Amino acid sequence: MDTNTKLLKKNAFRVTKVRGVTASRVRVPGGHLKAEYLSLLQNIAETYGNGTVHITNRQGFEIPGIAFANMPAVNELLQPIIEGLGINQQESGKGYSAAGTRNVVACVGNRVCPFACYDTTAFAQRIEKAIFPNDLHFKIALTGCPNDCAKVRMHDFGIMGMTEPQYNKDRCVNCGACVKACERKSVGILSEVNYKVERYADKCIGCGECVLACPVGAWTRGEQKLYRLTLLGRSGKKNPRLGEDFIKWVDEDSIIKIILNTYGYVQQYIDPNAPGGKEHIGYIVDRTGFEEFKKWALKDVQLPETAEVYTPVYWKGVKY
Amino acid sequence: MGFFLAKDGVNAVLERWRDDYLIYAPVRMAGGGPYSDTDSIQYGQIHRVEEIVYDQKSRYSFKEILLPLSQTLFFFTEDQIKEAEELKKGAIIFLRSCDLHAVKRLDQVYLQNGFEDYYYQRLRKRVKFVLMGCQKAFENCFCVDMQTNIIDTYDASLEENGDGYVMDNHCAEWESLLSKYSLRQLDVRPSHVTETNVHVEIPPGVSIDVAKSKMWDEYDGRCINCGRCNFVCPTCTCFTMQDIFYTDNGKVGERRRVAASCMVDGYTDVAGGGSYRKKNGERMRFKVLHKVYDFKKRFGYHMCVGCGRCDDICPEYISFSHCINKLGSAVKEVDGNDA
Repeated sequence: MDTNTKLLKKNAFRVTKVRGVTASRVRVPGGHLKAEYLSLLQNIAETYGNGTVHITNRQGFEIPGIAFANMPAVNELLQPIIEGLGINQQESGKGYSAAGTRNVVACVGNRVCPFACYDTTAFAQRIEKAIFPNDLHFKIALTGCPNDCAKVRMHDFGIMGMTEPQYNKDRCVNCGACVKACERKSVGILSEVNYKVERYADKCIGCGECVLACPVGAWTRGEQKLYRLTLLGRSGKKNPRLGEDFIKWVDEDSIIKIILNTYGYVQQYIDPNAPGGKEHIGYIVDRTGFEEFKKWALKDVQLPETAEVYTPVYWKGVKY
Repeated sequence: MGFFLAKDGVNAVLERWRDDYLIYAPVRMAGGGPYSDTDSIQYGQIHRVEEIVYDQKSRYSFKEILLPLSQTLFFFTEDQIKEAEELKKGAIIFLRSCDLHAVKRLDQVYLQNGFEDYYYQRLRKRVKFVLMGCQKAFENCFCVDMQTNIIDTYDASLEENGDGYVMDNHCAEWESLLSKYSLRQLDVRPSHVTETNVHVEIPPGVSIDVAKSKMWDEYDGRCINCGRCNFVCPTCTCFTMQDIFYTDNGKVGERRRVAASCMVDGYTDVAGGGSYRKKNGERMRFKVLHKVYDFKKRFGYHMCVGCGRCDDICPEYISFSHCINKLGSAVKEVDGNDA
């Protein structure tokens, strides 16, 4: 059997334990899909796989037990899923055009969750459109609010929804609900002054607990969709680290631009001998220093007035 | 007199009204809901009839106009007091039948309850009401059972009808204006609902003994004492007073009155550190019996108008109407206790 495993992997199949048997990796940007695609996945698993499906860590599906010979047929059957989920593709019917840039993960977001500050899936899909297909190993995750259910600080780019609370003094009845909620559930930056509420905006994390707690609608959400962007978290063999805060109160367009800029940075500085052409971005930053990364990341980015860039970012470097 | 008006006609009338009145109606506040990308239907000033939301119930009631959530009454210096300015104009409030019945309750409490409340009265006498006919009941409405589904004490009514609007006018001073901007005159009867999904039955034998029932205990755990039920209620009238001394100059300040809630902590706090009704079930009991028992004992009719906003908004899905319907068995339970 002669198979180019490099191409197989790039086509979003996997080299498995069993010789000649692969698994198909289906990406679902934002982790939300029409239920109709589940029956298509079922059909692939039952026709060409072993009848099972694995739900992946990155909110995709992995269909194991597929013979190498059946990869073209599987790619044909994947086509409606690829199209339906709006995945960029180089050639129709040939499956996924890359696998390096991983599926963009999102919590359930404001389609369901009361805490979420935005539609996480929609933003994930927008990012997917901007970055895929690409062979570089990028991991991006979105979470609706600072509760961070999606654990975005474990990813190269962590996007956390924020809401800038708007206070209408005239509606406030000083019931204390927001102050209590902020104290008990968040960062405790609300205080009562003269029977009204003051917010220490510098320390506000934009969780929206005050808005949710307010019984009279004195607190509402800011019009603008704003986010916290965290950088270069990872788990794995070496130097596991949580994503560092990079920018607070940043907008969608800037985030996308920063991610795209980072592709340029990685192309410039990736270890040319990296195994499998794969190197965690954090390791590259370990070599170049954070400031070099930052220079690339923010190139031509027009940050909104609200944005606060964390300066300096204490890049912790290599432990072992 | 009834009128048929095209949309432009209604808007021309509103424009003329705005010379003398601020016009308030339920409007859609885009993004105003507590959850992201959700709107809030609540009272705001309108310029055009299209802004009025007819097809949904407002989250908060018209009450906020007559009784602002937070209202400065006067300013004080060391030896002088200056009353807060009155609104420059009167107000026209668009509201539904249940809410207009609620106005009667507010008047009862603020005008016919021993003395006239000055601040309420000075606004109230300059307010006119336009009835929004209800073609169907909303979820949680129980106006029919509370006998608040019909009313005729409005100054005018307004609702969509075919390709225009129909208005019934009771206000003599508006007659010529409406004649001018209407297409024709006709007999108008504002829509009202005759059936609701939710029904309530207030048992005749309710007495203060029902306070002893076990039925209230359930709410100790379920209720989170947030007070939303009170703040949205068109008949809740409680307020608290706040004297504020400005932080820049602690010798001058203002007195505000601010909506209060019998569900929220602090409502029953008294000097010396005492506090009555500590448990949420006790607070629920107090509120429910006020709405459907002791107000009536004093004034002869129930306080609750059956708008159902308290049910709409409760984040813990506690239903006021459901609670009322448990009173029957509670009455039997406490009767049994006595035997």
